[in-house]
Amino acid sequence: MHLSTLPGVWISALLTLGIFSFLYKDNPVYKFCEHLFVGISAGYWVVLTYYGTIKPNLVDPLFGVPFTFDRHLLLVMPLLLSLFLFSRFFPRGDWLSRWPIAMVLGVYPALRITGFAQSDLVQQINGSILPFWVAGNAYASFNNILLVLGLLATLVFFFFSTEHKGAIGGIAKVGIYFLMVSFGASYGYTVMARVSLLIGRVMFLLDSWLGVVRF
Amino acid sequence: MSGLTALRKLDRRWIFLAVGLLVVVPLAVGIHIAPVQPSARARGFYDAIEKVPAGSTVLLAGDYDPSTVAENYPMHLAAARHLMRRNIKIVGLALYPGGPPLTDQVLRIAGGEYGKKEGVDYVNLGYKAGNELVMSQMGSSIPRTFPVDRRGIPVSQIPVMRGVQNYANFPLLVNISAGYPGTKEWVQQVVSRYHLPMVAGVTAVSAPEYYPYLQAGQLKGLLGGMAGGAEYEVLIQKPALATRGMDAQSLAHLFIAFMILLGNLAFLGEDKERRR
Repeated sequence: MHLSTLPGVWISALLTLGIFSFLYKDNPVYKFCEHLFVGISAGYWVVLTYYGTIKPNLVDPLFGVPFTFDRHLLLVMPLLLSLFLFSRFFPRGDWLSRWPIAMVLGVYPALRITGFAQSDLVQQINGSILPFWVAGNAYASFNNILLVLGLLATLVFFFFSTEHKGAIGGIAKVGIYFLMVSFGASYGYTVMARVSLLIGRVMFLLDSWLGVVRF
Repeated sequence: MSGLTALRKLDRRWIFLAVGLLVVVPLAVGIHIAPVQPSARARGFYDAIEKVPAGSTVLLAGDYDPSTVAENYPMHLAAARHLMRRNIKIVGLALYPGGPPLTDQVLRIAGGEYGKKEGVDYVNLGYKAGNELVMSQMGSSIPRTFPVDRRGIPVSQIPVMRGVQNYANFPLLVNISAGYPGTKEWVQQVVSRYHLPMVAGVTAVSAPEYYPYLQAGQLKGLLGGMAGGAEYEVLIQKPALATRGMDAQSLAHLFIAFMILLGNLAFLGEDKERRR
């Protein structure tokens, strides 16, 4: 056992244990760690956003190079639009904030719709047109049939123009079973994600802090 | 009240304690339950990198930050090791503001192991705000989107960036993703528009969302969470953090599955008693 002598590791380890103490019950140590986390996170993101986004994209190019009309105009425009967003704090001028919001709303959907239509609609339809019989590979054949049946049954479940009765109701019910399986898989992955985060913290405590095991 | 219905009154802290012990003990003692078996998804990831000719340059996007290090870092490091072992050059970047230091760390560790030089064999272009806009702009010109690397050196002076203009210069995109912007956006903006082959290593929570992309061939391989990372580490024959966490993961999963079964039985028992 080689206990860490680094203050940063100790602070990190004690804060981790402080947060874990909530599992027993809510307590002042947990509250302290929680508030510290919220405050530091906010400060961290402000600094990160300034140095990662505002400074390299606006401040440095605006003030760090000799003035040229074209170049600086291109930078002043987004600066003004960004400042307009703060006009929401002033009731008489809050209409100014609609301009930058309109720009964001105009650009992003245009950009995303084209990509989404290609990857999530056309390519997905293409990917679900599968042969029911793959010569010499019964497993692949079974998988293809299952996928197409599951897809059709689930689509029927989301078809609300007719009442889910009789044959339509039966197929919709099969669709529900397929959906349930997918929710189960998502839940299983979520459990794995949470356990992985716990493993990451325990590895840190055992390795970097206590020095019991080296990973 | 039967034993099973009494379970519904069980203090949940006993379950927390059990999960805690099932994670701590295997990690501290080093219990080995079963070897990690690579899945077809992880093999697809591995094969896609194996197919890249040595000497090529691959785009490695590390879109995550410290909050998902436990899941994303092992697969990021394994991918960098695999690429460098195969003498493939790396252009690293991040669309998460907290990502560049992690990319630095991964590239330096892997670079040190395989004797690779920063600027010559790999470069970290750092972070650029704009999400999909950055991806889209890179399709026109990468040097215009990232005029300097993370150290502030102009890309025109970086040997590994010579000849890199846009996506056409990469045979593969490797994305390590924690959410937005990440794998979904790379598929939508780059794979579908520029037809660049892509593999992804993602957090377990988001993995089911990407299975349709894998099934449709938009992703050549997929690593889901720590388990996916472990499978990939086995394939590159470099067991590391993810592989070491697998026994704790398996035991915790078995226990949680057992408790779900028990909880449902208890519910059924209580329902039966209520009907009586």
